[in-house]
Amino acid sequence: MSATTIAPGPVKDAAVALALGRRRRRTDRMVRALCLGATLLGLAFLASILLTLTWRGFEAMSLRVFTMVTAPPGSEGGLLNAIVGSLIQALMGTAIGTPIGMLVGTYLAEYARGSKLGNAVRFVSDILLSAPSILIGLFVYQLMVLPFGGFSGWAGVAALAIIVIPIVVRTTEDMLQLIPNTLREAVIGLGAPKWRMIVLVCWRAAMSGIITGVLLAVARVAGETAPLLFTSLGNNAWSTDLSKPMSSLPVTIYSFAGSPFEDWIALAWAGALLITLGVLGLNILARSLLRSRI
Amino acid sequence: MSQTSEVTKPAGTTGFGGLQARSGAALNTVVRVAIRNLDFFYGDNRALKAINLDLPDRQVTGMIGPSGCGKSTLLRVLNRMYSLYPGQRAEGEVMMDGRNVIAPDMDLNELRAKVGMVFQKPTPFPMTIRENIAFGVRLHERLPKNRMDERIEWALTRAAIWGEVKDRLDTSAMGLSGGQQQRLCIARTIAVRPEVILFDEPTSALDPISTLKIEELIDELKRDFTIAIVTHNMQQAARCADQVAFFYLGELVEVAPAAQLFTAPREKRTQEYITGRFG
Repeated sequence: MSATTIAPGPVKDAAVALALGRRRRRTDRMVRALCLGATLLGLAFLASILLTLTWRGFEAMSLRVFTMVTAPPGSEGGLLNAIVGSLIQALMGTAIGTPIGMLVGTYLAEYARGSKLGNAVRFVSDILLSAPSILIGLFVYQLMVLPFGGFSGWAGVAALAIIVIPIVVRTTEDMLQLIPNTLREAVIGLGAPKWRMIVLVCWRAAMSGIITGVLLAVARVAGETAPLLFTSLGNNAWSTDLSKPMSSLPVTIYSFAGSPFEDWIALAWAGALLITLGVLGLNILARSLLRSRI
Repeated sequence: MSQTSEVTKPAGTTGFGGLQARSGAALNTVVRVAIRNLDFFYGDNRALKAINLDLPDRQVTGMIGPSGCGKSTLLRVLNRMYSLYPGQRAEGEVMMDGRNVIAPDMDLNELRAKVGMVFQKPTPFPMTIRENIAFGVRLHERLPKNRMDERIEWALTRAAIWGEVKDRLDTSAMGLSGGQQQRLCIARTIAVRPEVILFDEPTSALDPISTLKIEELIDELKRDFTIAIVTHNMQQAARCADQVAFFYLGELVEVAPAAQLFTAPREKRTQEYITGRFG
């Protein structure tokens, strides 16, 4: 028992080791403090924004926000037309943009892997994804507002659809690429034509991911102001006619918040809170969907 | 002493490295698939060189060899899986039912209905167990509901998984264990009623018990189907196969009845491989 000896390790200079250790701990503390500081700074801004928004938003919130349309300053008014207009345009824009985006994403992932055309389409789509949205507004203005002689809900819907498309393209392609190739080969190996493989198996396997992308796209377009300024313009009266100018929350917030009237500014806060809560809800839903998949 | 050990060893069944081959019954002389002078190319890289091999009807052909020797490639020629990928091509003849499988005018969906494939990793589709089986059947046949139910039960029974899933046919196939998923994939393949089933290392992702079940199943299935199985496991080849083909660097080095290949290989390379000297 006592015969066990511990083999001597390489000889170390204890003083050097001590100094090195001290220096490393000091660097570690410094880096940690910097990271924490940056995080706190970011969180402080975010908290300030959210707290102000919640405070002012709830202060201005009342039933008439949801029951009355926008009114001239000083008279009783709400945001009903803006809420409904936003819902119509965001949902229609998504409804039009989603199938197009899904088909393009499917083309990229299933038919055009590594092809020149595919790479070009992907590149253009990625540029569109990060294009300033005001450019999309101007584009639709040239295409749908000027030739038809006026602002319209349809033009707003088109602008939002153009924003939705690249988002859905991206998520669809990403989600389809996550599907292992052996699953595709298994479907093909049964004697299935490619389109059946895509529609019946690949889309199904990627569905929750694609839905997540669509929800995030809705959240994104629900808050877009710039593309609507040049397209659906805004409307102070109740209107669900897509061929007429249509109101929307972001545009209403934009014009009300910049006005000198107390009651309009209050309504702008209420509208901002509504959008934030809506986007928050969509994000939570999207995250829980994505998590349930794994 | 040396005399007794000679007596207790049944001659001709225990091969090199203690490989126990199945009894050396004669191979079926009816040939289901005849491979003649087959070359295969990944781009400019010649992965199979002048392969000549017969798959005897309703028997198991085991394909062994070190990684990259071309055995999986050969399997993927038999159902034209390689046609999915541009740049891969085959030359030569793979005759089945009087037609050359690798001819450009071959109807691939029809071919794949005749030559089913089971993969290394289980590949259940993201749908219910019932739909998984029905999916393949619907591609090729129109069955009324009761006939479809019969077919599903038949396929799951043949794949030795009916008892485990009959009460949960309408739950997701993703909830099954790995071994169950693999047997479901076998059921899905046989539900289409192919003539040939290709197994590409079907047990390398499974635990020993599931592996044993699959091996028993393969033995059972050869009553009705011609089977080709690629495996890295020589014991598995010895246990399952009637005929074994040894591949090395894209060449078919030797093909023989299992008992013969594992006990008295003709080629030196075969002997070296099965005794573990390389590969």
